[in-house]
Amino acid sequence: MKRRVFFGGLARVAAVLGLGGLAGRLAQSAQAAHTVWQIDPWKCTSCGKCATECVLELSAVKCVQFYDICGYCDFCTGYFEPQPNKLNTGAENQLCPTGAIVRKFIEDPYYEYSINEPLCVGCAKCVKGCTLFGNGSFHLQIRHDRCLNCNECSIAKACPVQAISRVPAGKPYLFKTLEGRK
Amino acid sequence: MTAAPINQRFPPPQFTETGHQLPHMTAPPPRAGALDYLDIVVLCICLALATWLVLRRRARREVVLLSLFSLLYFGFWRNGCVCAIGSIQNLTQALFDSTYAVPVTVLAFGVLPLVFALFFGRVFCAAVCPHGAFQDVMLLKPVRLPVWLEHGLRLLAYVYLGLAVVFAATGGGYIICRFDPFVQIFRLTGSLTMILTGVIFLLLSMFIGRPYCRFLCPYGVLLGLAGSVSRWRARITPDKCTQCRRCQDACPFNAINKVTPKAQQIDPTPEDKRRLAIRCALLPLVIVSGLWLGGLSGDSLAKAHPTVALAERVHLEDAGAVPGATDASVAFRAEGTAPEKLFAEAHALVARYVLAGRLCGVWVGLVVGLKLIALAWRPRRPEYETDAVRCVACARCFDFCPQEHKRRQGKNGVLD
Repeated sequence: MKRRVFFGGLARVAAVLGLGGLAGRLAQSAQAAHTVWQIDPWKCTSCGKCATECVLELSAVKCVQFYDICGYCDFCTGYFEPQPNKLNTGAENQLCPTGAIVRKFIEDPYYEYSINEPLCVGCAKCVKGCTLFGNGSFHLQIRHDRCLNCNECSIAKACPVQAISRVPAGKPYLFKTLEGRK
Repeated sequence: MTAAPINQRFPPPQFTETGHQLPHMTAPPPRAGALDYLDIVVLCICLALATWLVLRRRARREVVLLSLFSLLYFGFWRNGCVCAIGSIQNLTQALFDSTYAVPVTVLAFGVLPLVFALFFGRVFCAAVCPHGAFQDVMLLKPVRLPVWLEHGLRLLAYVYLGLAVVFAATGGGYIICRFDPFVQIFRLTGSLTMILTGVIFLLLSMFIGRPYCRFLCPYGVLLGLAGSVSRWRARITPDKCTQCRRCQDACPFNAINKVTPKAQQIDPTPEDKRRLAIRCALLPLVIVSGLWLGGLSGDSLAKAHPTVALAERVHLEDAGAVPGATDASVAFRAEGTAPEKLFAEAHALVARYVLAGRLCGVWVGLVVGLKLIALAWRPRRPEYETDAVRCVACARCFDFCPQEHKRRQGKNGVLD
């Protein structure tokens, strides 16, 4: 029995040392600042998986509007169906399946488009329309008031172009900027 | 990447007429980093409290209360993320991928329960792990599984650990997180399949004590190994065992080893020795077959990696074997990278998977071989004792021990 206790102790010391060594080695590269998931809007192909792959029933990904590069177009290709009957707010003319985009007249011929976030499901239909034919001011971002920051982001796993990665929590958004793609 | 100008197909207006001011994008902040450190503090307090409750207070009721708190805090409040079980993958990835830096919280969640297990046994499982707590509170009427089934199913956890490490080390993703049965229930949202799996596990937990912990949990494997050399783990009774067997009947997890009957407390017979020798000779054989099978599975394991999957898809599309294109292959072609480069990358990855599969096979072979040897061993146990690997320190057996009751009456319940 004594021999067993001795070898048990030996194994324990070895395990503590091994675990300490491993933790020390990992702690060297470990980051104190925590990170969050975010979409690189320049990589995003607006495939629409963000709306369906998130673990949340209503995805943490939403469309955001970068007003500085928006053309304020009357015929907004992110707002309207490809061949709308009329350029008005009629539901049959809208591209957004949930009517989450608000169209507001500013001055002739300019209209402002903003996202009603609680309605947005992150389907990226508007993003696709705006990026293909417009200035690309609509883009997707993970909203951190909703994101659960899962250990493995299930959208990142499903993203066809690996546009989702971890970014420092101090700068949690990768909004489009006036300088364009970095 | 080169700087590309943003689209300016329609120059933004100046609004000279109305002087309209552009609104700003809102940016709701993520959860404060300080709260992550709070999680570490709560983990430390819970671990210390669990140790004290199990080893000193020896009180099942308090252990249940603490495990309910853990279920609410780490489970439903923190949505089951970060957890110690999944942290294995982050630690593995950090070891194999130099560009990945493991967050401090994950490091703490991965290492601290193991350190506690090395000294005090699996107190983490007893009252800190929300997964364990969830199954434990569901337990209604435990059914004793046949011994062969118990031993066989427990091997699954070792295989699962091996696979999780393989995928985390090669960039194939975190399978423990993806196939976690309870995290969807903690979040109260998720895919139907996984929620149903969770419900099935919870229903099973009513009759089979902690099915996930015993038969699947990869972290439980590590904790069990650490617990097997622990200094002060939970003992059924510090007093003299009267061999009433009530503790063994009370344990729903088959974690109490029974007394060797007097008639069997003999020196190994020649037949015992022969059996042991055969099993020992079998060990290298089992390991080699593990190596071989692991190598064979490398190809199919590699398909979990997005690069390999994309390469295969592109190859099939080029050969005209599949119609259409996927989002990934369209994006790949739009990028303009030569397919040969992708194929070379995929080939290197497959080679890594074959190597990792072999190592995983060796691990599983080693576990199976050692298990066979251990089963051939004739134990000589003078009294009932908790199994160092399997005991999750739930403190049930204490309450069932008549010696414990005697002592509690004398000393106000506190053990010295």
